[in-house]
Amino acid sequence: MHLHKYEKIWLMLGGGALALFIVLLCVNAFAMGMAPPSDMEMIDPAEVTKTPPFDNPGLKQVGEKEYDAYMTAFAFGFSPTKMEVPVGSTVNFHVTSPDVVHGFQIPGTNVNFMVMPGHINSATHTFDKPGEYLIICNEYCGAGHQVMATTIIVK
Amino acid sequence: MVIARKVETEKLPGLIERPVARLGLAYVWVAYIAFGLAALAGMVQGMVRGGILELPSWTNYYQILTAHGVLMALIFTTFFIVGFLLTGVARTTGGSLPSTALRCGWAGWILMVVGTLMAVVTILRNEASVLYTFYAPLKASPYFYIGTALLVVGSWFGGFAIFASYSKWKREHKGEVSPLFVFMSVTTFVMWIIATLPVAVEVIFQLIPWSLGLSPTINIMLSRTLFWFFGHPLVYFWLMPAYIAWYVCLPRVIGGHVFSDSLSRLAFILLLLFSIPVGFHHQLMEPGISAGWKMIHVTLTLIVVIPSLMTAFSIFAVFETTGRKKGGVGLFGWLKKLPWTDVRFFAPFVGMLFFIPGGAGGIINASNQMNAVVHNTLWVTGHFHITVGAAVALTFFGVSFWLIPVLTGRTLTRTANRMGMVQTVFWAVGMFLMSFAMHFMGLQGAPRRTDYTTYMDHPTALGWMDYQRMMAFGGGLLFVAAILLILILLYLTFKAPKGYMEYPIGETEQEQQIPGILERWPVWVGLIAFLIVMAYGYPIMELLQHPAPGSPPFKTW
Repeated sequence: MHLHKYEKIWLMLGGGALALFIVLLCVNAFAMGMAPPSDMEMIDPAEVTKTPPFDNPGLKQVGEKEYDAYMTAFAFGFSPTKMEVPVGSTVNFHVTSPDVVHGFQIPGTNVNFMVMPGHINSATHTFDKPGEYLIICNEYCGAGHQVMATTIIVK
Repeated sequence: MVIARKVETEKLPGLIERPVARLGLAYVWVAYIAFGLAALAGMVQGMVRGGILELPSWTNYYQILTAHGVLMALIFTTFFIVGFLLTGVARTTGGSLPSTALRCGWAGWILMVVGTLMAVVTILRNEASVLYTFYAPLKASPYFYIGTALLVVGSWFGGFAIFASYSKWKREHKGEVSPLFVFMSVTTFVMWIIATLPVAVEVIFQLIPWSLGLSPTINIMLSRTLFWFFGHPLVYFWLMPAYIAWYVCLPRVIGGHVFSDSLSRLAFILLLLFSIPVGFHHQLMEPGISAGWKMIHVTLTLIVVIPSLMTAFSIFAVFETTGRKKGGVGLFGWLKKLPWTDVRFFAPFVGMLFFIPGGAGGIINASNQMNAVVHNTLWVTGHFHITVGAAVALTFFGVSFWLIPVLTGRTLTRTANRMGMVQTVFWAVGMFLMSFAMHFMGLQGAPRRTDYTTYMDHPTALGWMDYQRMMAFGGGLLFVAAILLILILLYLTFKAPKGYMEYPIGETEQEQQIPGILERWPVWVGLIAFLIVMAYGYPIMELLQHPAPGSPPFKTW
């Protein structure tokens, strides 16, 4: 098959940039620990409210400035409704759903993942600036999807 | 005794026989009826999200959103594509379709129309406000799922019609290379049939029994994985026919030649191979799939950069060589020689311009951790509105401006051409404003698929309001363009003067050697099967062997 000289150059540049890009993505994900949220833990969606720690959703301090936030996302809200952490805290969010699929997103941060019934999903964020951060559901879940939100206060 | 009768079939001036033209028009017009309704739903939706309009109590945002998505992304595209490719295959194989192909074509049309009506009625009755991705455990009426299944199966018949014409042509032209349009259509439908098998499995074996109450729970991750196995190739199913118009029809429209026959075919084979084993890049933010498997799919996804670059090179090479032949000099002088006032060129060209940021945005979406910034935000909505809503749709409009006159034996008049130019500009400006606002809000975290909300007047959400209004304004312009388009197409169908309209099919300047391997389908189907087993075999086996506890149905709207 005949390839025009310019096309060869064009494809070599494009292919080279692509290869470099993929290598960078791999380094990012696996060497620098920035893989997308891929929690493999499972839970029975019918038993969420009886299964610890989701029977009592809330913040649990696990280090000097580190917290585990166990939360449930349901039609149409999040539990707990009130959370507060000091500035500089690292929060590990662990979220599951007792009903349909939901989203979990904190605009202005990289926290953004799917919450599925039957699974627990997780992400970690360090809150360096004070404020009242909005937490929203970003996957359509029914008639009240647009009101499904809560906040986390960083003081 | 059967007496063979020679049926006199009349050919239209555009070298298409009447039975084919009737079939083509039937497909194209169902497409545009769906398009008109979808455009209305889209405009209303934009106004509601922009805070300009409040809906009456008998309907809701999500019902209208479902109607917009299903009618635009599934009905408009599929009907148009089957109609366009069937007529193009007929045009390049002598103007007719074998009777098996015609029968398949009509059978497919009937199945698709019935499926569409079932889906639309359930949506109108508010029994299927599950959006066009119908994610379980949201449960729609079983008739909604049966309708979508019929739509998919009907589209297969469109594919069978194309395969039947192809094999008849092959029998009659032993040892010859098939016409480029036919080769590309066959590739598109091979891809489509393989890609729709898993969603058919999801609908028939998971969703329908579960929605009928025959199985109490459903494996959510399996249903999503099967859906996205299909969901990404779906976008290539929209794109490949647009590429056919770019590779085969446009060179003829501008009075040039196809750049390279074999490279065009190779690009299509690459699209065929790398459109399917990539679905996890839609599931990057989901639990239950390991980061390693996600990366494998991301890598396979990004390979599509290669055929995309080949396409960009070929198309612009055609533009440049044609412009130079017409006397264009200097580095950019050839640009001036292109037929800027011919809507058959102008509309697809504007679509191509949208595709440049569209492709770049796609790389961002598919890039693993970068996806966390934009996942399920309005950025994604903006992305597919400039890819399918602009690049593909504008190409389909550009095709319709000559295809409909060809099928009705009429001509595209100067006035209709000028109206088409105005329509293209309105669509482009509307799409630019709307998708710019969507991309911008998405980066700030505004969610997609969400009714008007201020989240209790949270300052973050209030900061999005100006852009939401800009988005609504763009949607208004798009609706004006949609009405204008339908008026032009009605004129071309019923009123335009009778006469000759060309079905533009480009050819290469010189006879070219085509490597035979490109048409050895068992090789390519075998390769896809291998890639699919590699990318999906283990993850799907895991989903079946270690499933998460299943979910009962929910109706939360």
